Amino acid sequence: MTAMLRARSVSLSFGDTPALRGADFLVDTGEIVAIMGPSGSGKSTLLHCLAGILVPDEGEIHVGGERLDTMGEAARSALRRDRFGFVFQFGQLVPELTAAENVALPLLLSGMRRAEAARRADLRMAELGLDGLGGRRSGELSGGQAQRVALARALVAEPEVIFADEPTGSLDSLTGEQVMDLLVGTAREQGTTVVLVTHDARVAAYADREVMVRDGRVTSPVGTS
Amino acid sequence: MSVPLTLLGLLEREPSHGYDLKRDYDTYFGRGKSLPFGQVYSTLSRLARDGKVVMDEIAAGGGPDRKRYVITDAGATEVNAWLTEPVAAEPHLQSVLFAKVVLALMLDRPAEEYLDTQRRAHLARMRELTEIKRTGGLVDGLLADHGLFHLEADLRWIDTTAARLDALRDQVRS
Ligand SMILES: Nc1ncnc2c1ncn2[C@@H]1O[C@H](COP(=O)(O)OP(=O)(O)OP(=O)(O)O)[C@@H](O)[C@H]1O
Ligand SMILES: [Mg+2]
Repeated sequence: MTAMLRARSVSLSFGDTPALRGADFLVDTGEIVAIMGPSGSGKSTLLHCLAGILVPDEGEIHVGGERLDTMGEAARSALRRDRFGFVFQFGQLVPELTAAENVALPLLLSGMRRAEAARRADLRMAELGLDGLGGRRSGELSGGQAQRVALARALVAEPEVIFADEPTGSLDSLTGEQVMDLLVGTAREQGTTVVLVTHDARVAAYADREVMVRDGRVTSPVGTS
Repeated sequence: MSVPLTLLGLLEREPSHGYDLKRDYDTYFGRGKSLPFGQVYSTLSRLARDGKVVMDEIAAGGGPDRKRYVITDAGATEVNAWLTEPVAAEPHLQSVLFAKVVLALMLDRPAEEYLDTQRRAHLARMRELTEIKRTGGLVDGLLADHGLFHLEADLRWIDTTAARLDALRDQVRS
């Protein structure tokens, strides 16, 4: 197994508030790992550092063989666009666009032609049981449908890593399970690495393993290798 | 809920009389149902027979209450093994887990580590059940769900308790 993501002694404060204090974390390629821990312990901050959305004050972030924390903003955002997919709890679809346009967005941003992007978006939506909803705007979708559209968008460009922060947080448990089934099913099929933040043990049980974050540190077994 | 192990754990704090053990057992573990004196003494005599406690006669010629019980190395080893090993991840474990947490705090053992170990055991079992749900039929899936919901309840209790360990420590050590 090779490491896909690695955080080494990562610290980050928001003003006077330390959110991470020397967090170590390792994810192998193709692994699905759940990050758990009390509210405010630093889970989302760790996820954002691994994804290159936040830059740590101290420590290192490695993606594949590359050092992420020393890259410039432009290189980081290109890396996010080309290699990562994201699913968050809510408010992630662009409300002015239709569901199908939202799903096609990552492909368009990476320069794919419109017709081809639309074709792939349709395929992906069909796989996730969203046929017929492509023309709706996010306000016209149920929570579970919107979350599946977000998942389709995260998966459409076949990213190497999917970052998910409470992806089932606003859903009832049955709909949440559907979303997890789809996320984990697709990730297993495609060998996608998944980093999943959740406080819900039933959601964490879909992962290959879990780590606990407490007071800005990863406290349980840090990695498999 | 294991009465012998709980009494052994209480004895590991300090040598005690039967009535002290009964009082502490009732306070922390009885949950409204007190442990009969008869059961306290029969349990202690079995523990003595098995070499896990010895009696320390402090006053000659008295009844059972004159005797103080002292844990042996074999008894202490057994308590330690019980505290350190996670309980098999089956639902409805709260009372055993609770006893372990209280005793760990009384004995100044790393209760939080024990809870973490237990959390991992629970999540490992939940992963197995989730896999059954993902790959099996409806009936197996629903049975797995039953287990999952109960294990989840245990886990919530583990998290809540972990967040209140300091307060609980103060209470059981006062
Ligand atoms: N943008 C921000 N500005 C200031 N403080 C922040 C910001 N984001 C997070 N924090 C603080 O950093 C700490 C860690 O926050 P983080 O969002 O990583 O926690 P979390 O584990 O994801 O919690 P939750 O389970 O509630 O989502 C908290 O004390 C939080 O208040
Ligand atoms: Mg968060």
